Amino acid sequence: MSVRAGRRVPAALLIPAGLGLMFLVLPLAGLLVRAPWSTLPQRLTEPGVLTALRLSLVTATLATVLCLVLGVPLAWLLARVEFRGRRLVRALVTVPLVLPPVVGGVALLLVFGRRGIVGQWLDSAFGVTLPFTTTGVVLAEAFVAMPFLVIAVEGALRGADTRFEEAAATLGAGRWTTFTHVTLPLVAPGIAAGAVLCWARALGEFGATITFAGNFPGRTQTMPLAVYLALETDLQAAIVLSLILLAVSVTILAALRDKWITSP
Amino acid sequence: MKARAVAALLAAAVLGVAGCGDDASATGKGTVTVFAAASLTGSFTTLGKAFEAANPGVKVTLNFAGSSALATQISQGAPADVFASASPANMTSVTTDGTPATFVRNQLVIAVPKANPEGVTGLAGLAKPGVKVALCAEQVPCGAAARKAIDAAGVKVTPVTLEQDVKQALSKVKLGEVDAALVYRTDAKAASSDVDGIEFPESAKAINDYPIAVLKDAPNKTAARAFVAYVQSDKGMAVLTAAGFQEP
Repeated sequence: MSVRAGRRVPAALLIPAGLGLMFLVLPLAGLLVRAPWSTLPQRLTEPGVLTALRLSLVTATLATVLCLVLGVPLAWLLARVEFRGRRLVRALVTVPLVLPPVVGGVALLLVFGRRGIVGQWLDSAFGVTLPFTTTGVVLAEAFVAMPFLVIAVEGALRGADTRFEEAAATLGAGRWTTFTHVTLPLVAPGIAAGAVLCWARALGEFGATITFAGNFPGRTQTMPLAVYLALETDLQAAIVLSLILLAVSVTILAALRDKWITSP
Repeated sequence: MKARAVAALLAAAVLGVAGCGDDASATGKGTVTVFAAASLTGSFTTLGKAFEAANPGVKVTLNFAGSSALATQISQGAPADVFASASPANMTSVTTDGTPATFVRNQLVIAVPKANPEGVTGLAGLAKPGVKVALCAEQVPCGAAARKAIDAAGVKVTPVTLEQDVKQALSKVKLGEVDAALVYRTDAKAASSDVDGIEFPESAKAINDYPIAVLKDAPNKTAARAFVAYVQSDKGMAVLTAAGFQEP
């Protein structure tokens, strides 16, 4: 420990921090201890596993893209524009965080389902039905994950120095140019952090996905759904699937962190 | 068979005493914790209240979930007294006090929305192109039963989704997202305001036995035995058959 005298970490902080870390890491250790290491190679090569993993990675990434496209402007609106009812809008953005994901899935069905307000029209006008499709998985994941992005980006915008934007404005830049050339680069680390949170949440999404998109291998069965069903019959298979999902996501997040998120 | 006769005698004795309601030693005191399959939610809630009314001083705590989730909870040390499972397979993964008894049976029906938009009348109707069908995943009992029935009928059904449990499959019908689903008769009956349950002959090939047992590590064995006996009594069976279950 290279903690210098006088700058020693106070025990009142160190002890709860250590306990907090243990609380988060011990369940993972539990999975590792109970993993069937001897049969791991053949379980990894079971055909359904790779299909579910690929589907999870693809849908989580698409959901993150969707959240970026819609969520960053929403965060900007909340941070930079004064309007009536802004507090209410901010509260509404966090609704998916509070809502049990299964209820979120039912709500999505009521809107985008075959008999839903929007879904009915999509079906009759374009012949498009969203439930039980991969698009449905992306929608369910984006619904649950978007608040993470919006909150992170709004926080970054509020923390950013607005004088740069004002300077750009006085030099004749319009609001759009200021947004793309000044604001976005300024809060890029915040956006990256929000996108990472958003992606991680989308990857682990279960309740809204199984309710809205159902469960069908290759089309809507993501890793968390495969884990849940494996749990019905084979605890060890479920542990293996969870470990694969964990290993892949931790690897990707660690690689991204080094590349994109450089802490100042 | 001898053991069963003894058990029946014991049950009768317990019931006899419980009927008098003045001897707390036979029905026990305190709380009896019952873990029961999700499909028993309605009937066991009713039975729990009736049992409490018949046995002052005993409180029934109910925990409903999928049978396999319950079995996992029990084998990981959850303090349960009684386990009522929707399939014998899940019962074998817990340690019971004595042999589990089959107390009811459940059969599949085809649940369709009230309007029955695709005009489904039997299993063959589920194989028609354009008919959206929800089945349970084969890992859960209702999915395994559905697979057996469909195989017995020799039809090819391509579901749009394999649901995690029977209630989820049913809710897809209620919401109109699918045109039909294979669910238990009891579930269709409980949702009779939104769905119709269509009986079909092949369901006789896929009948689910529901076993019940007192658990080996039950904290309150006396009350647990009394509750199991109450479920199997005439009063208990009346509640269960009214919900659509069959007597074994």
